[in-house]
Amino acid sequence: MSFLADFRSGTRDTAPVVLGIIPFGLVAGAAAVEAGLTGGQALGLSVIVFAGASQLAAIDLLGDGAPVAVVVGTILVINLRMVMYSASIAPHVARARRRWKALGAYLLTDQAYALSLAKFRSAETAGIGYYLGTAVPLWVCWQLCTVLGVVVGARVPPWLPLDFALPLVFLALLVPAVDDWATGMAALLGGTLTTVAVGLPYELALPVGAVVGVLAGVVTDAALGGEPA
Amino acid sequence: MTASTTTIWLAILVGGVGTYAIRGSFIAVYGRLELPAGVENALRFVPAAVLAALVVPELAQVDGTPIAQSGLPPGDAIVRLLASDRLLAGLLAAVAAYVTEDVLATIVVGMGALLALGAL
Repeated sequence: MSFLADFRSGTRDTAPVVLGIIPFGLVAGAAAVEAGLTGGQALGLSVIVFAGASQLAAIDLLGDGAPVAVVVGTILVINLRMVMYSASIAPHVARARRRWKALGAYLLTDQAYALSLAKFRSAETAGIGYYLGTAVPLWVCWQLCTVLGVVVGARVPPWLPLDFALPLVFLALLVPAVDDWATGMAALLGGTLTTVAVGLPYELALPVGAVVGVLAGVVTDAALGGEPA
Repeated sequence: MTASTTTIWLAILVGGVGTYAIRGSFIAVYGRLELPAGVENALRFVPAAVLAALVVPELAQVDGTPIAQSGLPPGDAIVRLLASDRLLAGLLAAVAAYVTEDVLATIVVGMGALLALGAL
């Protein structure tokens, strides 16, 4: 598929996901201002760091006057999970031009990764155009919502459980990702352990749970001799 | 007290550069550096493990609190969890995801179910 057709296809698929990040983006803006950051600093976080969970943690720490090293360390630990995304997506974008890869790395998020991997697994022909098509609208929405959050605060109708949309997106992508015993064990262990370990500091539950899940998948695969279920 | 302007911008810049390095790590070196076969094989399980790690804690909540932090005895916590709107809505959404393989349909079913259960 051509780059542009690929891009459009990615953009189409990401539309419902964009809805899911709205409340999160509003909070990223509103929480920053509440913590005493300026609007420019709030937007600086969203543009330069561009990773929601780590932004919220950084805002919290900066509001308490934490030292730079602590804030930076926290941001990096929370974002460490993206090493896995980078490794997982790398083979699928290996042939792309360098500048697209450089841009793609900047735009890497949970959502763009999950959407694109689902596509790459089912459609071998999809390329980096698809990935960028999912990633760019998420970036634009994130920045707009940050500004909106700074200006008007995080006002989402209380009866509308918009915060539930994001887990549903990941759920929709999780179901087809489980296609044999080994991926099933990876999901079971990854999900269960993260849930149990949710009290770990610096949002470490997710990377710890995910790594154990991956190992569970590898072990199950080896035990079954790599046969599909 | 809020950190100083210098601290804030320094944290944003260094945090941003470090995060970019994390994101770019394997995308940059892939092809130039041969990955061990074991790592290549393990990557197959990243989507299932990570997605479950993102989803399950969001469903396993009691009154908006993660189940592991609810302070309830495990038996009570599980009973409350099994009767919670979020988990039921999530299970219905999982069925929708399996049948339709469509993100929007999954969101509509899950959100619709959560709203409907809340109204009961």
